[in-house]
Amino acid sequence: MTVLAPGAAPALPPSPYRVVGRRLETSDTATIELEPVRSGLAPFSPGQFAMVYGFGVGDIPLSVSRIEGDRLTHTIRSVGAVSSRLASLEGGASVGVRGPFGTGWDLTAAMGRDLLIVAGGLGLAPLRPLITAALTAPERYGRVNVLIGARSPGDLLYADEAERWRAADARVLVTVDRPDDTWRGDVGVVTGLLNRAEFDPGATAAFLCGPEVMMRATARDLARRGIAADRTQVSLERTMHCGTGHCGHCQLGPLLLCRDGPVVRWDHAEPLLAVREL
Amino acid sequence: MTVGTAVSTVLDRDGLDALITLLAEDGRTVIGPTVRDQAIVLAEIGSGADLPYGWGVELEAGHYRLRSRADGAAFAHSAGPQSWKTYLHPQRERQWTADLTADGDMEVREETSPPPSYAFIGVRPCDLRAIAIQDRVLGGGPHADTRYAARRRQAFVVAVECTEPGATCFCVSMGTGPAVGPGYDLALTEVVDGRGHRFLARVGSPEGEAVLARLPHVPADEETAGTARRLVEEAAARMGRTMPEVDLRELMRETLDAERWNDVTARCLTCGNCTMACPTCFCTTVEDVTDLTGEHAERWRRWESCFDVDFTHLSSGPVRASPLSRYRQWLTHKVGTWHDQFDSTGCVGCGRCIVWCPVGIDITEEAHALDAERAAASGDGEVER
Ligand SMILES: Cc1cc2nc3c(=O)[nH]c(=O)nc-3n(C[C@H](O)[C@H](O)[C@H](O)COP(=O)(O)OP(=O)(O)OC[C@H]3O[C@@H](n4cnc5c(N)ncnc54)[C@H](O)[C@@H]3O)c2cc1C
Ligand code: SF4
Ligand code: SF4
Repeated sequence: MTVLAPGAAPALPPSPYRVVGRRLETSDTATIELEPVRSGLAPFSPGQFAMVYGFGVGDIPLSVSRIEGDRLTHTIRSVGAVSSRLASLEGGASVGVRGPFGTGWDLTAAMGRDLLIVAGGLGLAPLRPLITAALTAPERYGRVNVLIGARSPGDLLYADEAERWRAADARVLVTVDRPDDTWRGDVGVVTGLLNRAEFDPGATAAFLCGPEVMMRATARDLARRGIAADRTQVSLERTMHCGTGHCGHCQLGPLLLCRDGPVVRWDHAEPLLAVREL
Repeated sequence: MTVGTAVSTVLDRDGLDALITLLAEDGRTVIGPTVRDQAIVLAEIGSGADLPYGWGVELEAGHYRLRSRADGAAFAHSAGPQSWKTYLHPQRERQWTADLTADGDMEVREETSPPPSYAFIGVRPCDLRAIAIQDRVLGGGPHADTRYAARRRQAFVVAVECTEPGATCFCVSMGTGPAVGPGYDLALTEVVDGRGHRFLARVGSPEGEAVLARLPHVPADEETAGTARRLVEEAAARMGRTMPEVDLRELMRETLDAERWNDVTARCLTCGNCTMACPTCFCTTVEDVTDLTGEHAERWRRWESCFDVDFTHLSSGPVRASPLSRYRQWLTHKVGTWHDQFDSTGCVGCGRCIVWCPVGIDITEEAHALDAERAAASGDGEVER
């Protein structure tokens, strides 16, 4: 009988955390900051996720959108019962957290290379701690490109932070699908920004997160531009009820995405996503 | 007697009865096959008299019927509607509770009710392997299901070798039976002949050895041991069904767009019976409930089937919306991607899914059809049906 491996996170139960900060990002998205009531969970790395429990309503997978010591930050779009509850919590409220779960972004694979970080909508949330990690160790990487696509200017996340990334020498390009009267920037899909990113395709690592169609289109475009498929990582979303590889919901062919993902190399993901309804 | 050697003993019917009584006296909940509602089900048994002596089963795709046996055998029947997962990985289970304290904090308590200590009587070789498979899925990996692991560790397993395969059995193809593999405390082989009704017993663990030592038994005579071996060998030659003799994982990978999926989907009701009956299917969902005060919440986990359209619910809609994609997920997972995920097959050849499918869909027939279609497409002609 296999027993709990030393150092493995217990599957159950959630650890109590308290909301210590909340910020409304867009009309339907909020960022909440959590601190452990007693001791914190094992450290999270960029790209990993937690199962966050709202009292009595349930728990859902949420990526960490910032990592600072014991403090966990999640950016949540209200799409249903649990996400709406969590996104509406104010300072002082209690939640339960399990994790860390899943594979994170593999930044070591990016050492010495140019970085191409491409986000669609909420996909910027799991990429934010990666961007922070890359910009705090500039000597390890080449040029850092952050390409952001959103539905409309009102849907852009972390606007003030983009300025800080620019100040740290990142090339940050932003486009929206539906501009408003005040918008002076790019319009159209995020792949439209690729021509203006600065990278050497033979020495680039790409990190993509956003709607699946956006990631597929971007990854194919990158392959055409000469970035090897095994140098592109994508973060995939499937239903998850446990985070521990037991509920069976997050299967994508051979992968259990809570365990073998959510971050998957494109050379592994492409043939799977090519099969309809796998 | 030494564990793991060929040394074996013989129990008679009274000895088997004494085994059940002794395991119950040791405080175990004894589960075994018994006749109920026109089927041989698994349920708590109080004595050897509850075993289905004299009952066999007649199986076919979508068909199950009891029939009486002249030889009075207790274990000459095949897998029934349930499997041992009913006990080790129960259909519905509370996992934790949470309470809101006066200052608004959340107190979370993991379920602490002591897990039952089971004794399983009559675990078939295929089902023994199914338990080992669920051990890997639920007890292995970076996060173990501790309640599953606790129930499993405490369970005392009396396996029984198969001497009478059902028409829907294909354990030989899956390499799981009819001879028993590792993982039992005691293993029995039932022999009924002119010399009487008896059980060749072998020890698989120190616990099994200790229990056997407390029972009336005699050392195995050569004739009983030889007959038992012959009966199991003959059973292996009488399998009701086969899987194609190809690498099934590769077959699944190479036939994801086969025409056959349309054919089977036209028949499949997506009822999920196959997943409930299957001894390895483990998928679950969760339910969160609160009491009337709103200050006490509970987390329950229950079985769920990959045939439910909500199984892959995302805010953008279900990933596997079509029945085709759901049947394909089930079959390709069972004999294909299970290898990638858990390093073993997910099918042990018990035949339950064939028997309990309301429209008689047969996993072996589907695999043969996929193999035939692949062979036809690659133009290398003949395949065996
Ligand atoms: C690895 C990963 C990371 C994620 N990171 C974020 C993030 O940082 N921010 C964010 O806003 N969203 C994120 N999501 C999506 C988020 O988990 C879903 O939007 C959320 O589960 C919806 O639950 P709900 O109850 O609010 O919605 P409903 O649509 O009402 O869902 C009903 C039930 O379906 C299930 N369900 C629905 N969608 C999902 C899903 N994707 N995964 C699991 N169960 C689901 C849940 O059990 C839920 O209770 C992530 C998803 C994954 C898989
Ligand atoms: S898939 Fe069918 S034959 Fe195989 S283990 Fe499951 S129920 Fe038994
Ligand atoms: S194969 Fe049979 S048992 Fe399984 S879902 Fe389809 S109709 Fe139901």
